[in-house]
Amino acid sequence: MAVTTSSTTPRRTRLAEVTPANLRRRYLRDRVMIGLLVLATLVVLIPLLVIVWYVVSNGIQAVLEPTFWTSDLGSPARALGGRDTGLGHTVLGTLVVDGLALLIAVPIGIGAGIMLSEYPDHPLNPALRILNDTLNGMPAILKGLLAFALIVKPMGTFSGLSGGVALAFVMLPIVARATEGVLRIIPWSIREAGLALGLPRWRVVLNTVLPAARVGVVTGVLIAFARAAGEAAPLLFTAFGNNFFSSAPLRYLTGPVDTLPARLYSLAISPYREWHAMGWGAGVVLLGFVIVTFVVSRLATRQRHQADM
Amino acid sequence: MQRSATSAIIRAPTKAIYRRLGDNAFQTVVVGLGITIMLLAVVLAWVLLRDGWEPLRIFGFLGFLTGTTWDPVQNDYGTWPFIVGTLITSIAGLALSFFPALGVAIFTAEYAPRWLASIIDTIVDLLAAIPSVVVGIWGIFVLVPFLQNNVYLPIYFWTFEQAPQLLPILGPPAGYNLVTATIVLALMIVPYTAALARDSIRLVPRSQREAARALGATRWEVMRMAVIPYARGGIVAGAILSFGRAIGETMAVAMLVGNSNTLPFTLFGPAATMPSVIVNEFREAVENLHLASLMTVGFYLFLISLVVNLIAAWMQRRYTVGGRAL
Repeated sequence: MAVTTSSTTPRRTRLAEVTPANLRRRYLRDRVMIGLLVLATLVVLIPLLVIVWYVVSNGIQAVLEPTFWTSDLGSPARALGGRDTGLGHTVLGTLVVDGLALLIAVPIGIGAGIMLSEYPDHPLNPALRILNDTLNGMPAILKGLLAFALIVKPMGTFSGLSGGVALAFVMLPIVARATEGVLRIIPWSIREAGLALGLPRWRVVLNTVLPAARVGVVTGVLIAFARAAGEAAPLLFTAFGNNFFSSAPLRYLTGPVDTLPARLYSLAISPYREWHAMGWGAGVVLLGFVIVTFVVSRLATRQRHQADM
Repeated sequence: MQRSATSAIIRAPTKAIYRRLGDNAFQTVVVGLGITIMLLAVVLAWVLLRDGWEPLRIFGFLGFLTGTTWDPVQNDYGTWPFIVGTLITSIAGLALSFFPALGVAIFTAEYAPRWLASIIDTIVDLLAAIPSVVVGIWGIFVLVPFLQNNVYLPIYFWTFEQAPQLLPILGPPAGYNLVTATIVLALMIVPYTAALARDSIRLVPRSQREAARALGATRWEVMRMAVIPYARGGIVAGAILSFGRAIGETMAVAMLVGNSNTLPFTLFGPAATMPSVIVNEFREAVENLHLASLMTVGFYLFLISLVVNLIAAWMQRRYTVGGRAL
């Protein structure tokens, strides 16, 4: 005992004498790097939070005006003259166009996701995966051009329908990928249990696999929705825009329709101060829309994790 | 469900038909939906090529690519200025955002306590969802006036007095310019790069870190020697994907880049990118050839995005250890 302590003590002192310069430098570098990483985190988070803060503080007043929700925009003279003006028609149009996009994208996207995960040996799967990723990587503006060429040109008019289709193109690949991802997590034993009970394959997918993955699928859809709801580029030459409430409900699908992102763009580049204020208001609504969707999807995922544990 | 299954087994004869018909129908529907997506990707390329065919026929594939004039009045079109604008803003935006993004990723994945990391992760993911137009309106009313008064004008006047030979590079301080567009682009892709880098750092096995620590490495040395080299492929692939995003980023850039169709672009002078010219001119295009040329610009944008995405996918497959994609 005494021998070991007496032999380690001198070695420890020798270590302290020989290595400090080197070790201190390494520790110092470690500290500096931590400082730089914290700095990088602040550099990234602060400007983006500043954007959110500016939008909310500049736009909140416009949003609190009741006419913002009940009136349509009309001509600039209305805003300049202090008469009733608002974005009620824009909110309505956004709901129609986004809802339509969901109706189109959800079944197709989930179907393709089922194909990828439930028929893993299908010969078309590798091609589908590549093309789906290609579609996902394409700028949204190109999907707007596609909807323009496929729907606006033959119809001869800008329309809510074409806007919904354009946004559906944005959502589709995201939904398909997310669905494939969550269905794959479901263990094969669950499918085998269903098959062993004599269930046909399609019932296994619809009645056991999909319900088990329900929360994940919904989350994927919400993420796709949040992404598409903020897109303005594809809407500019499909839904186009409209300063008034449409004359008949059907006109929201067959005629030009206002949407929040596209309207925000045209308000922001307009020369009128009053319209700029409404543009900030549109920013608040759009941001709120996206954030609520995002938070709901987060809560759903958290619930799933808790259930797993 | 169980009961119906049992009774289905008892009624075996009808079951066989029900089963085969049902399975066939279901598979047909599902495969049909899959094929719809595949068709969409192909039709996208085909439509852009079809509607943009006329300029390609007149100016030639390379002629349109390298043509430096974009003049709707003279009906003379070339996409080179926009390709230059897109590449400059995207590359500079990525360069500006890459290291901060990597810093956030390392910080949340390795250093921050769990509660802080989850808060930062949530904020980063949320920021990635901020719509482009919202960033755009902030840029117009806050960022541009700020930069104009505090950066562009002082630098311009200083250069004017001290180094006038640099003026052709700086150009007239317009506020809406390449630099503004680049800064905004960097802001917009930073959460995306950070999230992808974070995911690939999290995939690095524990043993890798423990081995380095056992050798007496400090925390940073663990990162530099064991974690980052392991995650390198995923990080770079993520950066390339972000680059692809930057190329297609439309609204914020269109609102802030100033929109000038003539080369040479200057740092403080207006410029344009491929998406920005499509957004700005598509609704006003009256000439058929003008409209078709914008479609052709879209087709070239498609080609560039395709190449970038394929490279990213290849990188992911090639360098992600253990074959796990992000």
